[in-house]
Amino acid sequence: MSFTGHYTYWVTIFLMIAGLYIVIARGNLVKKLIGLGIFQTSVYILYIAPGKLIGGTAPILAASFHTYSNPLPHVLILTAIVVGVATLALGLAIVVRIREAYDSIEEDEILEIDRSEGEAQ
Amino acid sequence: MTLLTMMAVVTVAIVVQRNLFAVVVFGSIYSFLMATALVALDAVDVAMTEASVGAGMSTVLLLTALNLTRGDEVKPLRRPLLPLFVAIVIGAALVYGTFGLPAFSDPQAAIHLHVVPRYLVDSLRETGVPNVVTSVLASYRGYDTLGETTVVFTAGAGVIALLRRRRGKAKQ
Repeated sequence: MSFTGHYTYWVTIFLMIAGLYIVIARGNLVKKLIGLGIFQTSVYILYIAPGKLIGGTAPILAASFHTYSNPLPHVLILTAIVVGVATLALGLAIVVRIREAYDSIEEDEILEIDRSEGEAQ
Repeated sequence: MTLLTMMAVVTVAIVVQRNLFAVVVFGSIYSFLMATALVALDAVDVAMTEASVGAGMSTVLLLTALNLTRGDEVKPLRRPLLPLFVAIVIGAALVYGTFGLPAFSDPQAAIHLHVVPRYLVDSLRETGVPNVVTSVLASYRGYDTLGETTVVFTAGAGVIALLRRRRGKAKQ
């Protein structure tokens, strides 16, 4: 085990826990979605970095190359990116609806409004 | 390696910054750095998708949403000690887990020895497409890609259903 050999893993983990921290600690719903996005993108590196071979080339077959990086994680992550943007779009649409109903996108304020409405009834 | 360090710095900026427009711009920078890092990691198809979808479309979507909501984040009432603790503990556990993983670009790692040689050797003969990513995505795993399109369609239908009610309300 060496520092350079494991550096990509550690940056991935840093991005992952930064995203996790935003999702848990921040009350703003848009910020939460951005944190979720960072969490998601950290997984791209987690998958693709181990497939890289130094001296290899992109997996497009040609007679003049013999070493290729692993193409299978690329396929998986290509799907993950598209699904990620779909969930982001849906999440933002729900945030816009919440803002219509509560006039706020802060979790604390929304819970406060819910609580006071519950007491009023 | 430099790129990854830059990404970590931008992520810190995203965590600290409270103006949401600035956060969205940092998010776009983050996506471009991610796309560049993916080119460096030989994942050219993924890099193209990330540059267009991550840096382009996501930014547009977020700016649209901000236009419909508020631009600033309020300061939290309590100190976020518990989330910080949870994040650090999980991070430490994951770092401990990496000690058992193969080093970067180790040609003897399991990922390079199983399944992949079959695709690298046979896919050109079987599908006639030189780009292995394309041949796996569109030929071997074509049904999965169809499923992916279904997911995107469902999400699009959901967004339309949610925002349509809103437009109807605005008319009344």
